[in-house]
Amino acid sequence: MTGIPRSYLFTWAALVALLAATLGLAYVPMPGPLNIVLALGISVAKALLVLALFMKLFRAPALTRAAAAAGLFWLAVLFALSATDYLTRKVDPVGDLSAPTGREHRQADR
Amino acid sequence: MSEAGPLPRPEPQYATTDQQAEAATFGMWVFLATEILFFGGLLLAYTWLRASHPAGVAEAGRHTKIVIGSVNTLVLLTSSLTMALAVHAAEQGRRKALTRLLAVTALLGLLFLGLKGYEYHGEWTEHLVPGLNFHEDGPHARTIELFYFLYFLLTGIHGIHVTIGIGLIVWLALRARRGSFSSGYYTPVEVTGLYWHFVDVVWIFLYPLIYLVGRSGP
Repeated sequence: MTGIPRSYLFTWAALVALLAATLGLAYVPMPGPLNIVLALGISVAKALLVLALFMKLFRAPALTRAAAAAGLFWLAVLFALSATDYLTRKVDPVGDLSAPTGREHRQADR
Repeated sequence: MSEAGPLPRPEPQYATTDQQAEAATFGMWVFLATEILFFGGLLLAYTWLRASHPAGVAEAGRHTKIVIGSVNTLVLLTSSLTMALAVHAAEQGRRKALTRLLAVTALLGLLFLGLKGYEYHGEWTEHLVPGLNFHEDGPHARTIELFYFLYFLLTGIHGIHVTIGIGLIVWLALRARRGSFSSGYYTPVEVTGLYWHFVDVVWIFLYPLIYLVGRSGP
C-alpha cells in the first residue's frame, strides 16, 4: 500500500513500546504507590497519543477540544465531590469486607 | 452512483460540507464526553474498593489472565492503527484500501471479543463469577468477589461497546465497497473512527487497573 503516513506507524510503535514497559514494570516491586502511579502515568501517555494523533485532537477546532475537555472536567467533578464523602468518613458503613458478611457489626450497633 | 462518488452537497441546515462535517465530529465528541462519565462511575467504585482494601484487590488482580489481557491490549492498539489508516485512505478517496482496512479493523475487534469470551470461560471454570458461580476462600474472599463484580461490569460494558463498533465498521465497509464515500464525503468513517479510538482509550485504562494490579506482590 502506498502513502501510509509514517506518523501513524510511529504512534503505533510508541503505543506497543509503552504497553511492553507497563507490563514489565508491573512485576517490579516498588515502594508505596509507585507501581500504580507509573502504570497510570503510562496509560495517560498512551491515551494522549491516541487522542492527539489518531483522534486528531492536536489539530482539531477549539469547539471539539472543548467538548473533549468537558468530559474530563466532569469526571474530575465526579471524583472530587465523591472524595468529600469517602475521604472524610470516620466510620466505614459497609464494615470489614474481609469478614464473612460484614453485617454483624451493624446489627450489634443498633 | 458515479465513479467519483456522491456529490458533496451539504444538508439544508448547513452552509457548507465542511460545516456539516465539523458538526458531526463535534456531536461525536459530546457523546464521548458522556461516555467518559458512563465508565467514570464504575471507575470511582473501583478506586474506592482499591483504596479501602488494597491487599484484597492485589490478590484478586493476580487471579486475572495476564497473557490474554496483554494480547488483547495489543489487538485493540493495532485495530486503532488500522482504523486511523482507514480514515486516511477515505480522505484520499482510495476505495479498495478503505474497504480492506475497515475489514481488518472489524476482524481485530472480533479477535478481541473471542479472546475475551475465552477468558470469561476460564473465569467461569475457576468459580470467579459473582452471583452465578463464585467460590473463594481466605480472608479476602469478599473483596475478590467485589473486584470481579466490577471486572465483569467494566469489561462487559466495554465489550458491548466493541460489539457496537464492529457492527458500525462492517456497515461502513459494505458502504465503502459500494462506493458511498469519496474524498469529498467520508464523515461517517471519521466519526466511527473517533468512537473506535475512544473504546481503545477506555481499554488502555482498564488494562493496568484489572490486569497489572498486585503483580509485584507475592
